[in-house]
Amino acid sequence: MLNGMFKKTNYVAIAGDLLKKKETTENASKTLEEKILQEEDNEEKPTVPEGMFVKCKKCRSVIYTKDLKDNLYICPKCGVYHRIAAYDRIQMIMDEDSFEEWDTSMDTKNPLDYPGYPEKIELLREETGLNEGVVTGKGTIFGEEAVAAVMDARFMMASMGLVVGEKITRAVEKATKLQLPVIIFTCSGGARMQEGMISLMQMAKTSAAIKRHGEAGLPYFTVLTDPTTGGVTASFAMLGDVILAEPEALIGFAGQRVIEQTIGQKLPKGFQRAEFALKHGLIDAIVERSDLKQVLFNLILTHRPYKPEVNEAGE
Amino acid sequence: MALTAWERVRISRGQDRPTSLFYIENLFENFLELHGDRTFRDDQAIVGGVAMFEGRPVTVIGEQKGRSTKENVARNFGMPNPEGYRKALRLMQQAEKFKRPIICFVDTAGAFCGMEAEERGQGEAIARNLMEMAGFKVPVLSILIGEGGSGGALALAVANEVWMLENSTYSVLSPEGFASILWKNSKRASEAAEVMKMTALELREMGIVDKIVRERELLTEETSGEVMNKLKYGLRRFLKECDKKTPQQLVDERYARFRKF
Repeated sequence: MLNGMFKKTNYVAIAGDLLKKKETTENASKTLEEKILQEEDNEEKPTVPEGMFVKCKKCRSVIYTKDLKDNLYICPKCGVYHRIAAYDRIQMIMDEDSFEEWDTSMDTKNPLDYPGYPEKIELLREETGLNEGVVTGKGTIFGEEAVAAVMDARFMMASMGLVVGEKITRAVEKATKLQLPVIIFTCSGGARMQEGMISLMQMAKTSAAIKRHGEAGLPYFTVLTDPTTGGVTASFAMLGDVILAEPEALIGFAGQRVIEQTIGQKLPKGFQRAEFALKHGLIDAIVERSDLKQVLFNLILTHRPYKPEVNEAGE
Repeated sequence: MALTAWERVRISRGQDRPTSLFYIENLFENFLELHGDRTFRDDQAIVGGVAMFEGRPVTVIGEQKGRSTKENVARNFGMPNPEGYRKALRLMQQAEKFKRPIICFVDTAGAFCGMEAEERGQGEAIARNLMEMAGFKVPVLSILIGEGGSGGALALAVANEVWMLENSTYSVLSPEGFASILWKNSKRASEAAEVMKMTALELREMGIVDKIVRERELLTEETSGEVMNKLKYGLRRFLKECDKKTPQQLVDERYARFRKF
């Protein structure tokens, strides 16, 4: 039943947009005549557009991109979960056309005056079509309103700098004001090194906002996706009233290389994976991607205070 | 002659630099150490308990490095495990219940990066402290006395005021780690220290720290008299100011303090 719902979804073709951009810059240096000739060439020869196929990160099978998308970015051959772009995730979870995005044009600052940092941000904005490492806003899940924040690893591993912290804080504060649940899909390399201590302060800021949201009696759910690490794990990711995770997602505080160096031994297989976190009591449940929308809907329903119906006599 | 950031990093890590227990014993009376997180074990990398400051009860907590190799092993070189943060939280919640101000001493290279620490939820332990500290209705003061390493330091520093001793440091990660991640070369740590803005003066300018306590000479237990007097004076002022505020005001001011970043 759930699969049927997802098939209607229109996905944003980000790779396609990039391709167009590339063509435009190439074409700019050519004369009109050359352009026409090239276009004719293109029509004659069947070409394989870039991004039509992808290689599975685990089994290395070559998959038709559309098949991977239709399968919720789960490899149809080996079943491994691939990372999802924020807007794809929103389309999977939120009802069609229900999502209203917030804070789309916040500017990244350079508190350490770190060389090349603003340029890198600009480049990523152009490449990904994102404004920063997180997309925030409001939408409905089977008709139930919720505020959502979705992190996107393509943007500097969705590390938490000022903009990521501020967008999440604003979203949580707005949810408190609107009396709505908050759902955060986490995915992050941790702190944004290039922003130094300002990055660390985002951990305190986001956690404080979640405290206020919780004090208002409102539910907060997190879905930990691959990878959720460092300062994001040590702040809003682990603060959900209910913490869900996707299968095999990497979830941890310290990096694996750092741990191996500290303790001087190799880490066991499966260390810091979602299944490990579940076994050690760190998360509530592992949920398949195809079930996430339904599970989140159930959580919204079950975290709402029951109001007994009052009849006309007031009984 | 001003010290370089790297020189301050080295001083902040100095073997002879006073540790949390030294400050606790010299600033407060009637200190009683309270142990354990009631769930797993007592983490000696964090010490805490109840004490009196000039006739008023307070809760004091500190990250504790060892003063000898043997003690350092027992205290895991001042790098707490999750149960350390959970002990700290337990003591802070007790302070909230009995309306005692909370005074934290921060001195850690960072939360411990070990296998068991991950199994017991290092991230969750830190996160919970950040969230709960944001909501306390009693005054919270944090003083960085040595190293302030990342989330492991912040977990005791969501305070109404954050002070730094002049040669203590506070950073998103160690300069070695910063150099290793961004430049793939941990040997460039001294260079990293200069760009990371991790000294008291730089952080004061950014508003991350409210007050700097000057160190006029190399700080050891023997030479700590002046620093101790300044801390005592500052504590008196801080607590007096907080007396004039309502519990909600204390919460709101703490929220605003971190909201601005």
